[in-house]
Amino acid sequence: MSDREGRIVGVSGNMVVAEFSGDVMQNELAYAVSGKEELKAEVIRVRGNLVEMQVFESTDGLRVGDAIRFSGGLLSVSLGPGILAQVYDGLQNPLHLLAEEHGFFLKRGSYLTPLDEEKKWEFNPDIDTGSRVQGGDWIGWVQEGIFKHRIMVPFALDGDWKIKKIAEKGSYRVEDTVAELKNSRGDSRKVTLMQEWPVKIPITAYREKLRPKEPLITKIRIVDTITPIARGGTYCIPGPFGAGKTVLQQITSRHAEVDIVVIAACGERAGEVVETLREFPELEDPRTGRSLMERTIIICNTSSMPVAARESSVYTAVTIAEYYRQMGLNVLLLADSTSRWAQAMREMSGRLEEIPGEEAFPAYLESRIASFYERAGIVRLNDNSIGSITIGGTVSPAGGNFEEPVTQSTLKVVGAFLGLSRERSDARKYPSVDPLDSWSKYDSFIDSGQVQFARELLFRSSEIDQMMKVVGEEGTTLGDFVDYLKGDFIDDVYLQQNAYDKVEGATSAERQTHVFGVLVRILKSELKFEDKDDARHFFQEIRQDFRNWNYAEWETDEFKELEKKLLEKVSAKAEAGIGEESDEKSLQPN
Amino acid sequence: MRKVYSRIEQIVGDVIMVEAEGIGNEELAAITTSRGVSLAQVIRLDRTRVYLQVFAGSRGVSTGDQVRFLGHRMRVPFTENLLGRIFDGSGRPRDNGPDLMENMIEIGGPSVNPAKRIIPTRMVRTGIPMIDVFNSLVVSQKLPIFSVAGEPYNELLARIAMQAEVDIIILGGMGLKHDDYLFFRDTLDDQGALSRSIFFIHTAADPTVECILIPDMSLAVAEQFALQGKEVLVLLTDMTNFSDSLKELAITMEQIPSNRGYPGDLYSQLARRYEKAVDFEGAGSITVLAVTTMPGDDVTHPIPDNTGYITEGQFYLRNGRIEPFGSLSRLKQNVNKATREDHRTIMNSMIQLYADYKETLEKQAMGFAMSRWDEKLLNYGRAFEEGMMSLKVNIPLEEALDRGWRILADVFEPEETGIRSGMISKFWPGGNGGREPERKAGDGSGDEGGEDAGGEEKKESADGETEKEKDSKENHKT
Ligand SMILES: Nc1ncnc2c1ncn2[C@@H]1O[C@H](COP(=O)(O)OP(=O)(O)O)[C@@H](O)[C@H]1O
Ligand SMILES: [Mg+2]
Repeated sequence: MSDREGRIVGVSGNMVVAEFSGDVMQNELAYAVSGKEELKAEVIRVRGNLVEMQVFESTDGLRVGDAIRFSGGLLSVSLGPGILAQVYDGLQNPLHLLAEEHGFFLKRGSYLTPLDEEKKWEFNPDIDTGSRVQGGDWIGWVQEGIFKHRIMVPFALDGDWKIKKIAEKGSYRVEDTVAELKNSRGDSRKVTLMQEWPVKIPITAYREKLRPKEPLITKIRIVDTITPIARGGTYCIPGPFGAGKTVLQQITSRHAEVDIVVIAACGERAGEVVETLREFPELEDPRTGRSLMERTIIICNTSSMPVAARESSVYTAVTIAEYYRQMGLNVLLLADSTSRWAQAMREMSGRLEEIPGEEAFPAYLESRIASFYERAGIVRLNDNSIGSITIGGTVSPAGGNFEEPVTQSTLKVVGAFLGLSRERSDARKYPSVDPLDSWSKYDSFIDSGQVQFARELLFRSSEIDQMMKVVGEEGTTLGDFVDYLKGDFIDDVYLQQNAYDKVEGATSAERQTHVFGVLVRILKSELKFEDKDDARHFFQEIRQDFRNWNYAEWETDEFKELEKKLLEKVSAKAEAGIGEESDEKSLQPN
Repeated sequence: MRKVYSRIEQIVGDVIMVEAEGIGNEELAAITTSRGVSLAQVIRLDRTRVYLQVFAGSRGVSTGDQVRFLGHRMRVPFTENLLGRIFDGSGRPRDNGPDLMENMIEIGGPSVNPAKRIIPTRMVRTGIPMIDVFNSLVVSQKLPIFSVAGEPYNELLARIAMQAEVDIIILGGMGLKHDDYLFFRDTLDDQGALSRSIFFIHTAADPTVECILIPDMSLAVAEQFALQGKEVLVLLTDMTNFSDSLKELAITMEQIPSNRGYPGDLYSQLARRYEKAVDFEGAGSITVLAVTTMPGDDVTHPIPDNTGYITEGQFYLRNGRIEPFGSLSRLKQNVNKATREDHRTIMNSMIQLYADYKETLEKQAMGFAMSRWDEKLLNYGRAFEEGMMSLKVNIPLEEALDRGWRILADVFEPEETGIRSGMISKFWPGGNGGREPERKAGDGSGDEGGEDAGGEEKKESADGETEKEKDSKENHKT
C-alpha cells in the first residue's frame, strides 16, 4: 500500500481536501501530517483523484502540500479486557493516561493505546483443540473486575474454523496469542486477547435478534410504570435545556438493572462527566457491592472537544457496547446528547456543500439515526446465551420545540418517548417526564389495567385543570374537582420522585408494584367530601402520609406502620371502605 | 524573512483572498493599507488561494495592498503588565499605554482534559439574595444573564464583579456602547479594582471581526493567570453581539445557515469559549459571567437557546429584577448544602409560595373572587419582591435567610408555609414554632424533593424532628 499517498490541496474548518494516487477506501482512516504531528482523519467523500476528509482535531497550521498518510483500515476501536471503568475520548484515547502525559490540557495528535499492553490477564481456556468455531464464539475467559470477560474468535472471521492450538491457563498480555485457528482452505489465524473492529459497522456475530419484551428496571417510578423501557429496546429523552435530561440519564446510569453501562457524553458539558467520573468510584452498586465505576465505561467528547470526533464518539460507544453484549451481558448505552452528534453531521455536510434538508441537516440524518438505534437489541448468541443492548438517547431540540428534525427522526425509530416538559421542570416536578405526552411501546411489569386507569385519570385531571382556568374553582362540580385532585395526587406521590434520597431515589420493581396497587385502590374508592375545601384538605393530608411512606425503607416496620396509617385515613373517608382491589391481598400490610 | 504579497485577488465582505504558498491554516497576516496596518487570519485554503478574514474590516483595503504572513496564529501578551490596561479586539492598546509584546501566547488553545477537572464546590457571595439564596453562584461556573435590551445587565455584572472575591477581573466587551465601557472603567476605578483588571474592548463602532476575537483573548489571558494560581473572573458582554458577528462572517463565507440565519456551528463556537471556565486542581480558576441579550425577548431565539444548552444555568433579568422562574444555577446544589441548614428550606418554600402568588395574580386579573388565602399571597408576593427580588437589596446570605423567615412570619401561620415542623421550631421568628409538631405541611417535602433535599434531610420529613436538629436549635435564634 506504500504507493498510496496524498497531498493536501485545501483546508476549510475541520475538512481537508487532498489529491491522492492509488486507491482509497470510503471511511478509511488517514493521518494529516503537520510537522511532527499526525492528525487522525477519516475519508468521507472521494471524487476523481480528490479525497475529502474530516479531521478529528483542530486543523490550525495545516498547509497545502502537507502529506496525507492512509492507514489501510477503517476507524476502529480496540476491544479486549481493560475497557471497563475507563474514560475514553471519542477516538478511544484514554483520558486519564493522556492527563498523566500532558497535564491539564488535551494534546492534539497524541494517541495512546486504549488497552494496557503490559498488563497480564489470567486466561482460562474454555475449548479444546479440534473444536469447530465461528466468529464471536467464546474460546476462554479472563476475569475483568466482576465479569468473566470472554475471549472470542474475531468477529471478522468468515465461515467455519477449527481450533488448531489453544493456550494453557496462564497469564497473557492483550496482544499475546492464545489460540490458532485454521479453516478448510488452509488459512490460519491467530487469536489474541484483543481484536479491532470498525466503529461504523455493527457486530453481528449472533444467531438471531429477538423482540425486546422484558422490562429493564430503572427504579424510576414514572419510567417503569408509565413509559417503561425494555431490555434490548430503545428510548429517547427530548427536552429543552434545564428540563432534566442529564440528571435523568445520570440516575438511570446508577440504578438501572443491567450489567454494564456505557455513557456517551456527546458534545455537552465536561462538568457533567466529571460528576460521574469523580463520584462513581465512591458509589456502591447495590447489585454487586462493588463500586459503580466497575460496571461503567465513559466515552467522553464534550462540547469543546473536536467536532468530528464527536460524531465518531457515539459509534465508539455503541461498538464497545456490542462487544460486551457478545459476552452475554446486558448493556445499557446512554447517549447525551444525540442532537450534538446530529449537529456534527450537519457541520460536516455543510462543509461538503451537500444539499441541505430541514434546518440544514443533511438528507441522510434520518437514516443515520435509525441505523444507530438499530444497533440496540436483544440477541441469541452462537451458544444460545442471551445478550442485550438498550439505547437511551437525549435530544436537545432547538428552542425546546419537538417539531424539529432530530426529535422527529428519533421518534420514528424508538420504542419509548420520554418527553420532558419545561412546565414541569419550572414547577420543580422531577423527573419532568410529561406523563400525558410521553409513550412507550413496551410493557410495564405493573398490571396494564391499573396503568391504564391511572393514565385516564391523569388525562381527565388535566382537562379539568384547563377548564378551571376558564370557569374558576367555583364553576366546577365537586365530582370534577375531586378527579382533578386525584390526578394531582398520582403526580405528587408517585410520578415525582426525589432523586437525591437514598430510599426514595430508587424504587424496586417489587415495591413499585405494591405501592402502585395501593395507590390505585385509594383512587378507586368512593370518597365522600362535604365540599371542595374538605377534599383539598384530605388529599393534602394523605399526600403527606404517602410521601412519608415513600421515604420509609421497604418492608421495615416503619414502612408497614405508615401504610397502615395511610389506609386507615382513606378508609375513614370511603363510604364502602376501600375494598375494590382486583387481587385478594388484604388491605392492611401483614 | 517571510514573503510579502502585493496583490489581493478578491474582496468579499471582510474576507480577502491572495495567491500564496506554504501558508498554514489559521495563520496571521499583516495587511498594510492606506489606513494603517491591520491583522488578518487565514480561514480557508484552496490550493494557492488563501482566504483571510481582516480584523479591521475590508473597508478601504485596496487590491494593491501588501499582505505579509506572520507564521503564527493570533496571540496576546501574557504579563503582569496587562493589569490595569485596556486593549481592543486586535490586542492594540486603547489607553495610550505602551504596546506590550512580551511573552506572546496563542489564543483559542486546546480544551482542558475532562479527567483533570474537579467538582466545583466554592460559593461566590454576591450580596444579592436572588443569587445567593435562590441560585447560588459557584467558582468556575459559566453563567449568562439573559436579558432584554434596556435592562441594567451591565450594572448587575459590574456589581457581582465588585462583590466577588477574585484576584483578577477580565472584561471582554463586545459591541459595547462607549458609555458602557466608560461605566465599567469608572466603576472599577471607584472601587479601586482597576489595577487588578484587564479590559479587552470592542465597541459598537469597531470592525465586526474584532468582536469575534474578544472572548478568545480574554479567556487565553485568564487561563494563564489561573494556571498561576489566580482566581479569575471573566465578564463577557454581550455574547449576542459575538454571535451576530459569527453569523455575519458565515454569510460572507456562503455557509448554509441552520436556524434563522445563524451558522450550524454556533453551538460549538459558543461552547468552545464557555467551556474555558474551570477550577484547576492545585491552581486557580476561571469563572465566566456573560450577558446574552435576547432578541425580541425570545428565549427560543438561537442565541439564548444554544447558550442555555451550554452554560451552567442562567439569570433572567426582567424589569430590573432577577426572575426566580427560568433562572437556574445548575451548580447550586454543590454549595447550598454547606451554608446554613435552613438555606434550602427558605429557597424552596419562598419560591413555591411566590409561584402561588403568581397564580393568584392571574386569578385576580381574571376577576375571580379573592379568598383570605389569596389576600395573604398578595401580601407575601409584594413583600418578597421588595425585600428579596429588588436589586437594591444588598445583604449577606445569612441576613437574607433571616429576612426570608421574617417575610414569611409577617404574612403566614407556620403551617401555611409548607415548611416541616423541625425547621419551623428552630427558625420561625417570635417563638411561634413547634406549635403543631404533627403537621408536616402539604407541599413541604415535595418541593424540597428534587435536587435540594439531601438524604438526611429527607429522612426527617418522615420522622419528624431529628436529634441533631434539637441539639443545634439554640445556634440560629435570630
Ligand atoms: N430529577 C431531578 N431532581 C432534582 N433536580 C433536578 C432533576 N432533574 C433536573 N434537576 C435540576 O435541573 C437542573 C438541570 O438539569 P439537567 O439534567 O442538567 O438538564 P438538561 O440536561 O435537560 O439541560 C439540574 O442542575 C438540577 O438542579
Ligand atoms: Mg444536559
